[in-house]
Amino acid sequence: MSTNQAVESLLALSQQEDLVDLPKDYPLSASEDEGDSDGERKHQKLLEAISSLGGKNRQKLAERSEASLKVSEFNVSSEGLGEKLVLADLLEPVKTSSSLATVRKHLNRVKSKKTVEVPLNKEEVERIHREVAFNKTSHVLSKWDPIILKNRQAEQLVFPLEKEQPAFAPIEHMLSGWKARSPLEQEIFNLLHKNKQPVTDPLLNPVEKASLKAMSLEEAKMRRAELQRARALQSYYEARTRREKKIKSKKYHRVMKKAKGKQALKEFEQLQKVNPTAALEELEKIEKARMMERMSLKHQNSGKWAKSKAIMAKYDLEARKAMQEQLAKNKELTQRLQVASESEEEEGGTEVEELLVPDAVNEAQMNAEEPNPWMLRSCTSDAKEAGIQEDAEQLPELLDHNVSESEGDERPVAEEEILLKEFEERRSLRKRSKLNQDAESVGSQETKDSISQEVLFELRTLSQKLKENHQSGKQKASSVGTFPQVQREEPVPEEEESLLLQRPERVQTLEELEELEKEECFQNKELPSPILEGHWLKKNPNNQTDAPKKKKKEQMIDLQNLLTTKSPSVKSLAVPTTIEELEDEAETDQKQMIKEAFAGDDVIRDFLKEKREAMEASKPQDVDLTLPGWGEWGGMGLKPSAKKRCQFLIKAPEGPPRKDKNLPNVIISEKRNIHAAAHQVRALPYPFTHHQQFERTIQTPIGSTWNTQRAFQKLTTPKIVTKAGHTIKPIKAEDVGYRSSARSDLSVIQRNPKRLSAHHKKQLKKNSID
Amino acid sequence: MERAPKPGKDVPPKKDKRQAKRKKPRRYWEEDTAPTTDRACPGPPRNKKRNQELRPQKPKNTHILKKPRISKKPQVPKKLRKRTNPEPERNLSGAQDPFPGPAPVPVEVVQKFCRIDKSKKIPHSKSKTRNRLEVAEAEEEETSVKAARSELLLAEEPGFLEGENGEDTAKILQADIVEAVDIASAAKHFDLNLRQFGPYRLNYSRTGRHLAFGGSRGHVAALDWVTKRLMCEINVMEAVRDIRFLHSEALLAVAQNRWLHIYDNQGIELHCIRRCDRVTRLEFLPFHFLLATASETGFLTYLDVSVGKIVAALNARAGRLGVMTQNPYNAVIHLGHSNGTVSLWSPAMKEPLAKILCHRGGVRAVTVDSTGTYMATSGLDHQLKIFDLRGTFQPLSARTLPQGAGHLAFSQRGLLVAGMGDVVNIWAGQGQAGPPSLEQLYLTHRLSGPVHGLQFCPFEDVLGVGHSGGVTSMLVPGAAEPNFDGLDSNPYRSRKQRQEWEVKALLEKVPAELICLDPRALAEVDVISLEQEKKERIERLGYDPEAKTPFQPKPKQKGRSSTASLVKRKRKVMDEEHREKVRQSFEQQKQHKQKKTKPFGAWPSALDRFVR
Repeated sequence: MSTNQAVESLLALSQQEDLVDLPKDYPLSASEDEGDSDGERKHQKLLEAISSLGGKNRQKLAERSEASLKVSEFNVSSEGLGEKLVLADLLEPVKTSSSLATVRKHLNRVKSKKTVEVPLNKEEVERIHREVAFNKTSHVLSKWDPIILKNRQAEQLVFPLEKEQPAFAPIEHMLSGWKARSPLEQEIFNLLHKNKQPVTDPLLNPVEKASLKAMSLEEAKMRRAELQRARALQSYYEARTRREKKIKSKKYHRVMKKAKGKQALKEFEQLQKVNPTAALEELEKIEKARMMERMSLKHQNSGKWAKSKAIMAKYDLEARKAMQEQLAKNKELTQRLQVASESEEEEGGTEVEELLVPDAVNEAQMNAEEPNPWMLRSCTSDAKEAGIQEDAEQLPELLDHNVSESEGDERPVAEEEILLKEFEERRSLRKRSKLNQDAESVGSQETKDSISQEVLFELRTLSQKLKENHQSGKQKASSVGTFPQVQREEPVPEEEESLLLQRPERVQTLEELEELEKEECFQNKELPSPILEGHWLKKNPNNQTDAPKKKKKEQMIDLQNLLTTKSPSVKSLAVPTTIEELEDEAETDQKQMIKEAFAGDDVIRDFLKEKREAMEASKPQDVDLTLPGWGEWGGMGLKPSAKKRCQFLIKAPEGPPRKDKNLPNVIISEKRNIHAAAHQVRALPYPFTHHQQFERTIQTPIGSTWNTQRAFQKLTTPKIVTKAGHTIKPIKAEDVGYRSSARSDLSVIQRNPKRLSAHHKKQLKKNSID
Repeated sequence: MERAPKPGKDVPPKKDKRQAKRKKPRRYWEEDTAPTTDRACPGPPRNKKRNQELRPQKPKNTHILKKPRISKKPQVPKKLRKRTNPEPERNLSGAQDPFPGPAPVPVEVVQKFCRIDKSKKIPHSKSKTRNRLEVAEAEEEETSVKAARSELLLAEEPGFLEGENGEDTAKILQADIVEAVDIASAAKHFDLNLRQFGPYRLNYSRTGRHLAFGGSRGHVAALDWVTKRLMCEINVMEAVRDIRFLHSEALLAVAQNRWLHIYDNQGIELHCIRRCDRVTRLEFLPFHFLLATASETGFLTYLDVSVGKIVAALNARAGRLGVMTQNPYNAVIHLGHSNGTVSLWSPAMKEPLAKILCHRGGVRAVTVDSTGTYMATSGLDHQLKIFDLRGTFQPLSARTLPQGAGHLAFSQRGLLVAGMGDVVNIWAGQGQAGPPSLEQLYLTHRLSGPVHGLQFCPFEDVLGVGHSGGVTSMLVPGAAEPNFDGLDSNPYRSRKQRQEWEVKALLEKVPAELICLDPRALAEVDVISLEQEKKERIERLGYDPEAKTPFQPKPKQKGRSSTASLVKRKRKVMDEEHREKVRQSFEQQKQHKQKKTKPFGAWPSALDRFVR
């Protein structure tokens, strides 16, 4: 049984798909398949027969009685697999009988009613509910996300959160408890009351209010239209008069005047006939207007007097003065206005100018005008500039190498000048940048002080000797003694180059020191040769006569020369005469004297020794765990074998390189200052993952010693401010501008999470199915 | 006829307009710069020679356009960008603000106040962290802009001395200077002839108002040297080695032959500190309230004057200590030794922080400038050297002096004075913050006796020299900082103000153990203990909570989740990570190589060989 079943089950598992397809395919399948499967079946049968022969656990397969094409191994026919059995089919007898009609009716009725879906089981329902609730709440709560984020990032929070809005109490409220007391107030109120001006509501007075009430909509509309018309007419009239006023023709005006006069006369005559008293009044009016006009004419500039003065001004001094005064006054009065307008115009003008001038031009100007290291750094020409610098610094180097051809000096100088001209622009730029210059000057000074280098050189030589000794001690081969030197010689050219390129920087490595020493050798060679010195001296005045710019350039190029000829440049110093003399003497054989004086002193060697000791002391110690006597003989005079020692020696990891590794004249203590470390931060606060990030945020001091008062106050504002005596309520939706619905939603869900609307349910189901 | 007056009315103003159109902007700037250029008003420390030029005025034309141009650059704060709004707002009156927006701030000044080193790269950070960093940077920018803006309040400008077309300033005598300057400044030059009590040491108080001097034959005096009002004058009947004001002018420490004594400003002996015996030199660290004493016995002792305790007594193991100075930047004490080394000490460490070999002979004098950048030393080998103290301790320049300098001092603005024999030489720096160039002498002066003590007076262009003939106060234009901090060291403060300042200073006292080479170390995280704590935590928990979880392949169906395939997938991910690492290291190597080869990048041309 087991074998068969196993086989079957396996088959069922692996070939489920095939099985599904098989019944459909089989009848349709091509003939070539048939034979194959037939054979297989036969084989299967044979196998079964054989297995049944064993007799132990034979199992009778059920007889198949269906006559079907599709036969599966599972003993089930799969005919009519897709079809559904309909109730009516069963009911349909061979013959239709009337007795079944009622049943059919019933059936139809039943059919028309939809079946109630099977209720989900309890867990499922609960899960769905939970899911819905979660979605809803998270949606509701997500509204708060921006507020929370804002509050978290806020520099300062003031609690209680809701600000008391400055309530604009209506003026009536204010006035109700207030009475006019002072006489002025009373007077004002009296006036207001008299004119029925609104005291409380400033918009409308009672009359207006009444009229507003009285008017109906249509009336109002009509009135509005009327008003509009009137306004339009007025504007037309204004425009016309303005136009007429502008007409320059004198004749026109004259004609108009006459016409007007005639008109007025006509009207007047008419009026005389109709109403004599009114006519009299009219007459008076006309008279008055005329008088007024005359009066006003008096004050106009184009008056008779003014015109006559203008004519007289040519000959009469007083008149001219009067005119001028008038003009001055006129100017004075008008000046202010003019200025205002002018400035405006100018502003516009400058702006235009600025717009016209591209930024790049400005930048260039700036470069030319004053040093701005930041600007220069950002300049694209920086790289090129660097190249130039290199070139310039290579020159002295070459100079050194060609010491022998000192007589050919003049020619290269000229060439060099040509070269310089090529790069003049860029270099002048660089020259002006003060910072760079400073750096250079530092460098130059450094190269100049040959004596200090001498000490360093000695240091270096000593250390080298020590090294050599060390090596020789190790190798015990005297012939190899020269080898390290050769090795040392080899990298020289490259290093030389690098050194020259980095000349303005400080000497940092031993190799560079070596280089300096080399240069010094050159100097020593140069020193005795008077030609070069003379040449330099000749050259120097030339330079001085040149423009100062050029002099600087020369200086940079002739650093090496300067090294050797230090005293002449110093000579120009103004020192009290006695000192000067002394200095002269001192300068000549200073080195000699010093060397003699400190011949016995081994300051440098002592220092090196000390440094070596310090280095040894700071090295991490190896741990030796060998136990003598284990696995071998032990005792007096016996040492554990080298192999064993090697085996049990725990080598300490090499620490970080010493800070003074490349500084021959310095010993820097590597010990940690524990007392100071106690004051340092030793735990990273939350969002930071690396100490450098945190360090960056605490770099700026916040004390008032380092900051302005305002900045200090801002830096030290408390994160949270609470008002004393106020309850701090939880934040509400209204506080942040939301409608309060959010909260009610929440509460509903919480109160009866089970009762959900049908709509919700459907949605949920969809969700869950998906 | 009618037209005659018209041109008079209308035309001229028009002309004006046109001209104004062109001229106006310039006029604005002129108005703007005029006060700054003309501001060279004589402050108290301003001393000028008759033939000097006004430096700020000289480059007038170039100066004028400088300010606005620079400020327009987009480097500086956003506020300046706002300035470029095409249409400035109008007032109610209709007038325009000719200078809309906040005042421009020069970039260099802002840069001066920036503390965050942005050149340092920090590891990639999450957005939350980045936010914090951005906030910190914005804060820094804001505060530095504010600070730069308040630079405007520093109205005083330093004095200077400039020779008339090539005239050497070193040839100008004190008498010339005194003649040229105003009376108040001229009064600051004086000589005290005190031949009786031998060579004098002297010290100015921190405010620069008071002067104390002690003769080696016991004469001790303190005076308000500006008004010449004597505070006290006593004879201690003992050799006086050194004298120093403590935090205020009310207390005076005197290193006498045997012990250290402290007097008040009336000459009353307050303390006799017997634990500090045979003291040769005194230094007072004002922010730590420490009095450092160097003794003949080779001990460097730190005495906390606020509590009266000895904080540390360090054995320098170098014999007699006769040369001492402090670094005002980080309060480290520099000691000069007879073997040519200068050692740097802090009370927290039993051994020197650093040792520098400076001279081949013994060190005679050491001094450090106020920014802590440069150290000047002079030795028995007659050399005067200037060292860079920023990490490298290498000599920047050196000069051999005929006699060698016995005393050195830096002024607040970086002038270096050396006393050799009876001559005092002063060198000035060329640039703004550069070291003094030893090539060119700035001033020299000859005294009536050999120099024994030197100090520049703070906030006054005055150099005090103590010598065997008394005390000389000489004028050195441009020596001192022209602007004092009224809250910190106010020369004009009253007694009440002094008392208040004292309380504040005591509250802000810096602990002695914080003295180290880099005073900004406090703004760094203690990495070692951080690592240690992390390790301990991992040990305690048994796992690393911050470690990246190793890749765990997801189980897959249909037989694809076999052990072999799981392993394979794991392998794949591991390999990918490894490849990434290798790639990165390759890139790094490449960069390294490039860096190395960069200087060699420009190949010399074939024609270079002809260039001299």
